[in-house]
Amino acid sequence: MPVKVRIPTPLMKLTNNQSEVTAEGSTITEIFNNLESQFAGIKERICEDNGAPRRFINIYVNEEDIRFLDGENTTVKEGDEVSIIPAIAGGSGR
Amino acid sequence: MWRYHDLLPIDEDPKVGLHTGFTPLVHARNLGRALGLNRLYIKNDSVNHPTFSFKDRVVSVAVSKAIEFGFDTIACASTGNLANSVAAHAAEAGLKSYIFVPDGLEAGKILGTVVYGTQLLAVRGSYDDVNRLCSEIGAHHKWAFVNINIRPYYGDGSKSYGYEIAEQLGWRAPDNVIVPVAGSSLITKIWKAFHEFEMLGLIDSVPTKVFAAQATGCSPVTTAIKNGTDMIKPVKPDTIAKSIAIGNPADGYYGVKTANESGGYGEDISDPEIVEAMKLLAETEGIFTETAGGVTVGVTQKLVKQGRIKPDELTVICVTGNGLKTQEALAGCYEKPTVIEPHIDNFEEVFANSMTV
Repeated sequence: MPVKVRIPTPLMKLTNNQSEVTAEGSTITEIFNNLESQFAGIKERICEDNGAPRRFINIYVNEEDIRFLDGENTTVKEGDEVSIIPAIAGGSGR
Repeated sequence: MWRYHDLLPIDEDPKVGLHTGFTPLVHARNLGRALGLNRLYIKNDSVNHPTFSFKDRVVSVAVSKAIEFGFDTIACASTGNLANSVAAHAAEAGLKSYIFVPDGLEAGKILGTVVYGTQLLAVRGSYDDVNRLCSEIGAHHKWAFVNINIRPYYGDGSKSYGYEIAEQLGWRAPDNVIVPVAGSSLITKIWKAFHEFEMLGLIDSVPTKVFAAQATGCSPVTTAIKNGTDMIKPVKPDTIAKSIAIGNPADGYYGVKTANESGGYGEDISDPEIVEAMKLLAETEGIFTETAGGVTVGVTQKLVKQGRIKPDELTVICVTGNGLKTQEALAGCYEKPTVIEPHIDNFEEVFANSMTV
């Protein structure tokens, strides 16, 4: 089931500069695995080794943060839109 | 604040906000008596120039930097105070501005934004919805989003608040500082500021415990601190303290770390407690702060009761915004004033009947 995924600027160099791509899968985890098969190296930028999204990466399904849904097990269906948005935090080091 | 220009991340002279900062550090004897603190100070940014909140510090740095970078448009996602400040400083700089706020903001925050001639859009949802949208907008427009693509510069503007506390205390860091927490930027920068002064030899040491203060209706950071975790669980905000109602704080991890590393803690209070604390500050010190200031005052009270802050410790409460902007918070707290005829008899009658009670 194809789902539209919005890619943040810092990761667009992995997606041939596309800001929107299509991925297959019925859960967020499957979507990420599918993205990885299309764009090698993208999953480790988004997820920890255990598959959970990295601390500063926010994932949304149709505008809802997946932490209010079912985390990386959140289900997606055809026509859904997934956004990957890194939080901009911090500043110069102490 | 520009006395600290060398410690702020701009290369040229500041372009806007030349009069920002150096707000009063008030020795709060009356509030101290009420709270049981003998050495209590309030860093009062409710009178900051030009838009009456600490955000004038961050925006004067961010807009100056944006001009250095060559941007012609300034933008932000805001809970209100940042909106006011970005609109004002963009006007001063002669730049275009686009401001995004959650719908349902206080009327004063809306009027105090549009008056500067900006483009304001209210987005249905919470600040977190607004911020997510702005992150996506930022990818498509070459705008300087002060709290997104130029956030590091914006964040460092907050350091001036910490520098001033240390200087105004006579070049020393306090034992405790109680900081309102929304995105968690300010709390980390106050801590950073004290440590920079120590590194530069301007103060001897940093004994400071940094306390995070939130409203219970939006307390992802203080909850993480209390639970002993650095994993922030985002929340859907539900509090009158709209200026600090950020359910998914960008710097939350660093906020928790700052409180923990400093030996501080995190505490939160309910909306009715916020209102009581706003009134307490006004009635004891003559300072009318917004809801976020009620949060820091009320949380301080709680921390004293818990024994985490001791009576003789040098304690600074951060008051970062102005009560005139959030008048809705006190709606229903006071009756309308009695109207009298302009006759002395009428006054004496009312005086005898009511005002002496």
